[in-house]
Formats: sequence, structure tokens, C-alpha cells
Amino acid sequence: MSESLRHAWAIFKRELRSYFESPVAYVFLVVFLVMAAFLTFSVGNYYENRQADLRMFFFWHPWIYLLLAPAAAMRLWSEEARSGTLELLFTLPVTITQAIVGKFLAAWFFLTIALALTAPVIITTYYLGNPDSGVIIGGYIGSFLLAGIYLSVGMLTSAMTRNQVISFVVAIVILLFLLLAGWPPVTGYLVHWAPLWLVNGVAACGFMPHFESLQRGVIDARNIVHAASVMVFMLFANRIVLEWRKSS
Amino acid sequence: MLTVDKLQKNFGPIDAVRNISFDLKKGDVLGFLGPNGAGKSTTMRIITGYLQPSGGTATVNGFDIGKQSVAARRQLGYLPENAPVYQDMTVQHFLNFIAEIRGFRGNERRRRVDRIMDICKIEPVRRQSVDTLSKGYRQRVCFAQAILHDPPILIMDEPTDGLDPNQKAIVRQMILDMAQTKAIIISTHILEEVDAVCNRTIIISRGRIVAQGTPAELKQRSPSHGAVTLELTETPDSVMADLETLPSAKRVEPADNHCFTIYPRDPVKLFQDVMNQARRRSWTIKSISVKEGRLEDTFHALTQTGDNAS
Ligand SMILES: Nc1ncnc2c1ncn2[C@@H]1O[C@H](COP(=O)(O)OP(=O)(O)O)[C@@H](O)[C@H]1O
Ligand SMILES: [Mg+2]
Repeated sequence: MSESLRHAWAIFKRELRSYFESPVAYVFLVVFLVMAAFLTFSVGNYYENRQADLRMFFFWHPWIYLLLAPAAAMRLWSEEARSGTLELLFTLPVTITQAIVGKFLAAWFFLTIALALTAPVIITTYYLGNPDSGVIIGGYIGSFLLAGIYLSVGMLTSAMTRNQVISFVVAIVILLFLLLAGWPPVTGYLVHWAPLWLVNGVAACGFMPHFESLQRGVIDARNIVHAASVMVFMLFANRIVLEWRKSS
Repeated sequence: MLTVDKLQKNFGPIDAVRNISFDLKKGDVLGFLGPNGAGKSTTMRIITGYLQPSGGTATVNGFDIGKQSVAARRQLGYLPENAPVYQDMTVQHFLNFIAEIRGFRGNERRRRVDRIMDICKIEPVRRQSVDTLSKGYRQRVCFAQAILHDPPILIMDEPTDGLDPNQKAIVRQMILDMAQTKAIIISTHILEEVDAVCNRTIIISRGRIVAQGTPAELKQRSPSHGAVTLELTETPDSVMADLETLPSAKRVEPADNHCFTIYPRDPVKLFQDVMNQARRRSWTIKSISVKEGRLEDTFHALTQTGDNAS
């Protein structure tokens, strides 16, 4: 293993452990599962639909993550800045990039665990009927990528402030914008008064169209590339923010 | 081993560090003195690569802290102000993490962590979560983190701040034990500490170096250096005048019980002049002593010009 990987790995393990060493992690997992189940089965009329359909299950993920991803990301940098360990971390022989990658992957892995714990919903659906496996795989890939995007935004806002609450709120605002940017009702509304380039620009930022196409079981490389580029962009911005803080 | 060259740092309009330069060799223990807000922490944060300087540079064992930052940081151990440690980890996990980042694996890592817990006497709390530790233990855990890789250069920002006298003594002893093999910087505003552990001193005030030398040299710059304290069996009427007229005396302060402190104009000659005068006037001397000078006085004299904290 190269040194960069070893450093990122050490930071990854430290972050992941700190999720599970606080009771917040378990509360978080429970809230996630309860919300996913409640929204799918009650609000989503899972039973009334009388068909084993998981569209409602994935439909709510962007909204559940809207609260939970910023909550999972907010302490990544804010807490280090508040408690002074940032000074410790960045005087160790690790680069900013190694630290960002380690932390980001730990948070993403944590949300992936949450996602994996929804497996009983899938198993139930297979038991009750004969769902479209393509839709399930596409839905999970989409949801997984969505979690990554949300976390990359939450981590960026966490680097901007030592106050976790501010990080949380700002992340939600940015994510809400990105979420609505590609939402057909919003673009449909914009078309009436905004110039076309603006409508297209806003729509290009949004990730909903990509998520929706994955939800339909269309596993297209373009959707994955889009998600990856949003994440890389956010992590890169994260680096710039941290470097700027060093030299300010 | 460590070269600091014309460091400067400003935070907006505040000049926190102005043109600080010095060199450090193996075996040096540099006491970095200054009132609060003088720029000690900022200087250390630049040397350790946490902050970027606005001007100047630092070279650590040949590695430039700006251009070869990671290599330079490998040469350093750093105990930041207030000893920050990850609150949610146990002592053992925390030191394992540091050891891993420092490149130790497997048995080597275990050996290093065990050894350092032994040296820093934190073995009893190894399974305890850091946020439940007392200040003294937390300080030593952070200290352990700084010396785990046996760095040639060790930088400590107020290492004994907030500790009780016993804990201070432990930390000082640990520093003395390492002094031969490393170059060390300690910032402090506790002056007795400088006497206890340092062989070099730099006093900074408002971001500038205002004095440097060995602790003894700096004591010599204090107004009380070479002052003579004289105790007589009785006080003749003319004694004040007789002492004040001595060319090497600057000022005479009488105290009770026939005691006088004579502050020098010329610290080298004063003692002899006082002795001669006593013989001439046939005073009976009960006791006489020469003051070495106090670091504290030098410190006050040099740093009281203007407010440092902002
Ligand atoms: N991050 C910062 N932003 C703005 N001003 C700062 C910052 N850090 C330190 N300062 C200012 O720089 C000066 C030196 O501070 P510092 O190096 O912490 O002093 P010391 O450690 O000697 O007490 C102080 O006036 C302080 O207010
Ligand atoms: Mg300080």
C-alpha cells in the first residue's frame, strides 16, 4: 500500500470508529430506517398499490438524505476546528487531500451501511411479489451516489465553519437548490420566464434527472460520471477552503 | 537543525509575527518567552506547517516547511497549545492512530505505543476515553503523541500550562531527559520554567524579538543584576549618603533591620566599592550578598512597553 493510501486508510478508520463510538450513530441509523420504512409503507401506499413495487421506496431517498447527510457530514471538519485537533492533524505528515479522502469515504461508508440495512424491505418485496431487479439495482446505485453527492456538499460546508449547526443549515440550503434545480416542475416553471441557457445551466447542476433515470433501472455511465464529477468538484472545493484557512 | 528566517505573519491588519529569525542546534532547549498575544503560538504554527507565513521561511532538518511540507513535518513533534486530542477515542486508539500515520505497523507499532505510554506514565488510562481524562493526563497523552516517533525537533506550546506543581515537575523532567538528543522549543510565560529546562532564551513582544541569549545572559540585563544587599549591625546617620555617592551605585533602597539594597550603575565594580566604603567608615557588616539578577525583571523591562494582547 502506498503511503498516501495508508494515511487515508488510517483517517478513514478513525472517522468510522468515531461514528460508532457515539450514540448519535445508532440514533441516526434508526431514524434513517424508520423514515425509509414509514415513507415507503404509509405515505407511499405500498400495500394499497397491490403490487410489489419499490419505486416509492427509492422516491423518498433524496428527501431523507436531505436531513441525514448534512447531519452525518457536519462534524467532519467543524468539530476538528472547534476542538483544536485540526492543528494536530495538519501538523502530522498527512496532506489535505489524504485527509479529505479518508474522511469522505468514512462518511460515505457509514451512509452505505444505513442503506444496506434497508435490505429487509427488498426481501419482503421479493417475498410478496416479483419486482423488477433492474429497478432495484439501479435504485440502489442511484441512492448510493446520491449519498456521496450530499456528503461531499455537507463536508464542504463543514470546512467553512467551526459551528456544526451552521454547517448543517447551509448544506441543506445548497442541497435543496441542487435537488430542485433538476426537478421537472421547477424547470417547467423556469421555462416560462428565464432564458433557455439559464434553464439548461440550472438543470445541468441538478442531480434529480440522473437519479430518476437510475431509478427506472437505466444504468447509464453518464449518470455515474455526473455524480462522480459533482463529488470531485465538491471535494476539490473543500481542499481550496482548507488551504485558504491555512494562509488567511 | 532548525532555521527560522525572517518569519512574518499578519492576520488582516494585525502583525502577529514580525521578522523573526533564529537557529537551533541539537542539544538546544529554547525558551520562547513573551506575554500573551506576543506571537509565540503563531510562530510555532508556522514552523510546524499549520499556518502559511506571510513572509520568510523555516527549514527543518534541511526541509523547507513550505516547499517540502510533509518531509519537514516528519522531522517534527508538536504539542499544540491546550493539548488537543480526539475526544471520542481511547488513549490506546488515539496513539495507535498517530503511530499509523507516523508509518509504524504491526509489532513495531505496538512496541512504540507501549514504550511511549510507559515513558509518559499514561499506562493506567490506556483504555479510558480521552474526554474523561484529567488535564494532566490529557497533556501527557498529547505529549506522547508528539514524541512517539522520536523526532529530532520537538516544539511545545505552553506544555505545562494548567498543570499542578507535581505534574509540571514530571513534564519538565521528561523534557530534560530528551534534551541531549533533540532540538527543542518551549513557549511559556512561566519564567522559572526557563531556568529549569532551557539553555537558550528568546523574548518576543508584539511579534518581534526583543532579547535573546542564555538565561544567565538575560538575567544580566535585568536592573537588579549585580545589586548588593548589605546588612549592618546598626545604621549610622550618613550611611544612605555614603552609599549613594559611590560612582558605581545608581540607587539605594533602605529596608528595615539595618538592611540596604544598592542598585548598580556599574555591576562589576559595585561590590568592591561598597566593601571599601564600609572599611573606610568602619561599619560592621552582618551580611552582604550580590544579586544574580532576575529573568522576571528583564522580561518586565522589555515587554511592558505597550500592550501585547489585542
Ligand atoms: N487566527 C487568527 N486570526 C486573527 N488573529 C490572530 C489569529 N491567531 C492569532 N491572532 C493574533 O495574533 C497575535 C499573536 O497571537 P499568538 O501567537 O496566539 O500569541 P501568544 O501565543 O504569544 O499568546 C494576537 O494579537 C492574536 O490576537
Ligand atoms: Mg499562545
